[in-house]
This record gives sequence, structure tokens and C-alpha cells, in this order.
Amino acid sequence: MVNGKKLVVSASPHLRSTTTTTKIMLDVIIALMPALAASIVIFGPRVLAVTATTVITAVLSEYIARKVMKRNNTIGDLSAVVTGLLLAFNLPVSIPLWIAAVGSIIAIIVVKQFFGGIGQNFANPAITARIILLLSFAKKMGDWTAPLSWRTDAVSTATPLASLASGETEGLPSMLDMFLGVRAGSLGETCALALIVGGIYLVARKVISPAIPLSFIGTVAVIMLIAGKGNLEFVAYQLMGGGLLLGAIFMATDYSTSPISFAGKIVFGIGCGILASLIRLFASMPEGVSFAILIMNLLVPHIEALTKPKPFGTVKEEKTKEAAAK
Amino acid sequence: MAKAGFDGVLKAVKKVRGGVKVDHHKNTAEKEVVRIPVPSQVTIPMQQHIGAPCEPLVKVGDEVGVGQLIGDTDKFVSAPIHASVSGKVTAVGNVKLPNGVMSTAVTIESDGEMRLWEGIEPPKVKTKEDFIKAVRASGLVGLGGAGFPTHIKLNFPPEKNIDTLVINAAECEPYITVDYRECIENSWDILSGVYTIKEMLGFKRVVIAAEDNKPEAFKVLKNIADHELDKDDEVKLMVLESKYPQGAEKMMVQSATGRKVPPGKLPADVGCVVMNVASVAFVARYLKTGKPLVSRSLTVDGSAIAQPKNVRVPVGTNIGEIIDFCGGFSAEPCKILTGGPMMGLAIVGTDLPVLKQNNAILAFAKDDAILKKETDCIRCGRCAQDCPMSLVPTNIANAAKKRNVDALKKTGVTVCMECGSCAFACPAGKPLVQYMRLAKAILREEGNK
Repeated sequence: MVNGKKLVVSASPHLRSTTTTTKIMLDVIIALMPALAASIVIFGPRVLAVTATTVITAVLSEYIARKVMKRNNTIGDLSAVVTGLLLAFNLPVSIPLWIAAVGSIIAIIVVKQFFGGIGQNFANPAITARIILLLSFAKKMGDWTAPLSWRTDAVSTATPLASLASGETEGLPSMLDMFLGVRAGSLGETCALALIVGGIYLVARKVISPAIPLSFIGTVAVIMLIAGKGNLEFVAYQLMGGGLLLGAIFMATDYSTSPISFAGKIVFGIGCGILASLIRLFASMPEGVSFAILIMNLLVPHIEALTKPKPFGTVKEEKTKEAAAK
Repeated sequence: MAKAGFDGVLKAVKKVRGGVKVDHHKNTAEKEVVRIPVPSQVTIPMQQHIGAPCEPLVKVGDEVGVGQLIGDTDKFVSAPIHASVSGKVTAVGNVKLPNGVMSTAVTIESDGEMRLWEGIEPPKVKTKEDFIKAVRASGLVGLGGAGFPTHIKLNFPPEKNIDTLVINAAECEPYITVDYRECIENSWDILSGVYTIKEMLGFKRVVIAAEDNKPEAFKVLKNIADHELDKDDEVKLMVLESKYPQGAEKMMVQSATGRKVPPGKLPADVGCVVMNVASVAFVARYLKTGKPLVSRSLTVDGSAIAQPKNVRVPVGTNIGEIIDFCGGFSAEPCKILTGGPMMGLAIVGTDLPVLKQNNAILAFAKDDAILKKETDCIRCGRCAQDCPMSLVPTNIANAAKKRNVDALKKTGVTVCMECGSCAFACPAGKPLVQYMRLAKAILREEGNK
């Protein structure tokens, strides 16, 4: 008591960093903006309609789910906005809006809130929702619009990875087009430049560690180099094609569904890279990043158990014990 | 170190992991330490720090002089306690300590004269045993904050093969500047203390460690390390990156020698002794004058303090009186701490005595006292990334909440030194240190069964 007023008594530390969940999510949203802008240029204004649908549905779903479950309202942490954006990035621009909305509902209510909300879900909401949509609406989810065709007459085309898988190397976009995203694909996955810029921003802001993206992409590069018998062009198409960059930078790094320790992150990234490459090379699907991440999500508890950091000084103690035993 | 002014200075042998960048708030760095007016009375608790409480040796009505022994015990982990003002003992009773524990205390009404006790004389020190005895008699405890009796630390058996004395001038807690002031104002004492302790205890190597953000102190310490007394160049200055908690004992040992103190062990088990720079200076002063530890320097600061200052106060001075000396409160205080903001203790009021190991009194207004709102853990891993002990605090917190003893045992939580890096970094505002304490308490309880 001082001057008759009670003092605040709390456990140390009495200083806290200014980082909050909301600020972290805001950084992720900012990091996704270059790719969104690129997508609007490449696939036209319908990108905005799809994105608005997934974001608004995701936020509404989060609000309603928390309300029904009588839990505190968490839309302020912006994580639902991130999920909505990422889901939209994983859809073809031609997707009917109601399917996009269903995706958001699945992501937020089934994958996230049923398991306790932020930090508790074991599978990435956007990826799981994408896979469910892929299995449920295979035709609509595989309807790829040609880049820049929105200005004239939207036409359908194959994605570069599908062309590669079927052995049609003619008509593949140029390297520059691949880098700038002028190719068919999910609306947010095509522009390598924008995704890399976003990734650098997240690493610079210390929102993500580069461990997962680098080990993931690096593993795919090594495997594809071997599979392509040293053909660097093939490797470049594999790295910039499909959802590898979007997945490795923005989805595999999801806090809730990836390991905490550095060693765990590397194991997780390599595992994602191996699975994605195997699916691309040997399965009947041209793309495997989503499945790879989902499978690795499920393995996270095991990876964590195997890569648990050793508390300070314990290594030495074990060594001395071993020495003593000898 | 490419930075100018760090030539010929050791770099950390091994960079420590984890830790956080905190704002320094070293507002009082240029404020000279000033003595506060003699307090009207002091209340000196018989239990000030880790270890056994002392038995009071005086009774109500006794006249005492400054430096007179008023409390002692036969127990091993303890340090004697001395009168910090001259005057009359008016009470021997119970007081509540800042941490809420009740302790016997001796209250002395000051006669305002600060008359030294007539029995004070410089100790005669010839051998190591004399030296240890003198350090015990001085009542010295670690002045850096933890308050572990110094004589125990120094009284290591020869078979421990102690080779390195690490002198901690890192002062990595924000706000606190008393060690910095010690370097500036009492450099001769530090010099004398360093070489006396080195010689007395036969250290082969002395590493003085300071952070790179204190150039003035650095100059002083550099001169000490380069002094002609150091014939074989065995005293070195080491520069540390200014990152919290570089000043923690285990971190210091690792930086200076690359050795890691195993869980449940002390620096002595890896051949090191760590001493705070103010403790070193005190040893030199005691050997010269024989005046025991009866006063100490404190940083008084924080957004609710009118005139932030560094002050020298008799042990047992009422905290409220010290704040009054610093102009009182400039804003409604909402939280008051003894110690630094990272590891300090929030106290319930100002009617408490200053202890030997207190190094700061910080008072904060509402804006700095109310911490961010607690939200759900997002598993971002910042707590684990910043933990200098390589723990995963969020997992420990979850296991503690469920009282899952088996899981807790595997977490290694016992090595946690409660530095607060995890809770500082947590974007969800989780009181992680509180959970670490809960976890340790659960394990202790289990161990006692």
C-alpha cells in the first residue's frame, strides 16, 4: 500500500517486449501483399473477389465459432485473416465463390476451432481446407486460367508442372515469366519474386526463421537435380512451379503446425521437401506441396520428441556419466 | 572486436545462446552515488538472503556502534549481520521481508552520529584461511542481487582445481547503474580487490567481464587489467555483447571459459568463481578499514520517481524514506520493485527495509506497470529460442498446468534461473516465469514425498 492505494504485484519480469500475436499476424499479412498485388495483375480483378470471400468468411466463421463455443472473441488477433488470405492464394482464380467460402468455413471451424483455436490445431487450416476442396471439387479446383488472359477472354490452360509431368516441354513459360508469375496456377502461388520478397520481409522482421523454407526448398532442389540428371532448367521449373515457394515460405512455417526447435525445423523442412518431390515425381498428381506439408504437420509431435533441445550443461553430464561407467 | 576501444580485449570464448535485447534505461549512469541523510531508524532483518537466518546478539536497550556485530549463526550458509547506524536497539521482533517471508529483525533508533563501533580494526590477513575468515566476518554477500554469502564461494577445497576468477561488471539488468558507478568512482578499490583476491586464493586467471555499452567503465577496467601488478598478464578484460542475461553466473562462466556448469552444480564445479565487481571493491575496502558491510549503493529510478538517483544507504533503511530522498513520487506509483525489472521483486508497499543484496528500487507509473494482456499461446517458439538454458518454456508451462510430474521431470526445468527472457519475448503475454516457479515447486513437492 502506498498512499492508501494498492500496488500491482506480479511475477518477474516486469518488462515485456512489444511483440503481440496481432502484430505478428499483421506482418504476415503485409508479407502476403506483394503476391496479392502480383496476382491481381496476372489474373485480374476476380482475384479480389475470391480473396475477399475467403477472408470475410474466415473471420465470420472464427467469430461465430468462438461465440457458439462461449469462448473469448479472437478475431482481433488477425490469424483468421491470414488463413483466409492463404486459402485464397491456394485456389484457382476461376473458383466459384461459394466453394471458396466453404473452404474458409472448413479451415476455421473444422481444422482450427474444433481443436481449440489458435496454437492448438495440428494441421494447417488453409492447406487442409485446400486438400478437402481438391478432393471434393476436383474439376473446379483444376480449372487453370491462362495468365493475363483476363483482359481479353479468359482461357483455360495447363500449369507448367502438369506440362512437365506429361512431358510436354513445348509452350512452357519462359524463365522470366516463371519468376514474375506469368503462368497458370493457384492465384497466389505464381509470382516467385513477390513470394521471395514476402519471405525476406518475414525473416527480417524475425517473424519466421529461414530454417524451414531453406531446408524445404533446398531438399526439393537436390532431389530434382538428381531426378533431372543435372538439368538446371528442370530444377528451376520445379522450384518456381506449383506451390513450393508459397508452401515453404508461408504455410510450412505456420507456428502451430511446425516444430519449435531449430533442429526440428530442419527435419521438418527436409521431410516436406522429400515428400513433395516424391509426389511430384512418382504420384499421379503433378503437385504435392500441400500433401507433403499436411503429412509433416501430423508428424510434428514425433519430430519434437526426437529433437528436444538439451537443457544447459546436460550434455556434459551424460558424457561424464559415460566416462564414469568406463 | 572491430569497434574502436576494444583493442587487446578478450572476446567471449563462447557466445552464449538465447537472451533478449532489452532497452537499457540506464538513466542514472551519470548520477554520482550520494549518501542519504542518516535515517532516524533502521530495521535490520536477521534473514536477508539464501541460507540460515542469524540469531540476534543484542537486546532492547543496548547501545550499538556502526559495524558492531548484531546477528550471527553457526550454520554454514550464512553471513554475520552488523549494525548500520549508531544508536539504541529499540526492538527485536518480527518484520515482513520484501518477499513476504517473516523474519526476526533488530530495530535501531539512530542517534544521528554514525559513530563507528570501537572494536573495528583492519583484519590481519596472512594466509588463505585468514582471508576467508575475514570475508566471512565482513558480512559480505553477493552484491549483484542474489546475495549468496561470499565466503562460501571463495572457500573452495583445493581438489576442485579452481583456476579462473570471473569478475562480473556486466550489469545487464535495465535501469541499474550502481556497478557502473562503482567502476567510475571506486576504481582503486576494484584494482586492489582484484589483485588481493587473485593472490590470496591463487587464481591463475582473472577475467573481468563488461558489456560493450559502457565505454567509461570499460576504460577503468582496462587499466585494471593492464596494470603493472599483473606481471604475467593473467588478468584480462572481456567484452560482452550487451544482451540480457549476459551477467548471469552460468552465462559468465561460459563466456569466459567456454565451460558449461552442469544442472544442479555451481561454477566451482567447472573451476570458476564468479564475483560481482562491487563485491570485489568491498573486499578491498574491508581489508583496509575493517568496516563490515553496513551500507550499499542503490539505483532509485522508474517512471514514478521524481528525481532518479544513485544513493548510498545503511542496510535496513526504510524504502519509503529512500524514495522520499529522491523527491518522492512524480506520478501515482502502480508497481514498486526491489532489484531490476527483469528479475526484481514487486513489493506490496514501501514500509520495508533495504537488504544487503538489493541493488535498486524502481517505481513505475500505471503505463509501465500494467503488462500486456494474456492471450493464447501461438507456439511461435520465441520462449525456447530466447532461453539461455535451452529449455522449452511453453511445454513446461503446459506440463505445470496439468501437474504432469513425469513430463515435468523430462523438461529439465530445474536449470531455469528465472531470468525472464521467455516471458519478455512471449507475444501472448504469458507469465512464463510464474509457470517455471510453479513447475519447480511441483517437482520439489514430489521430491519431498
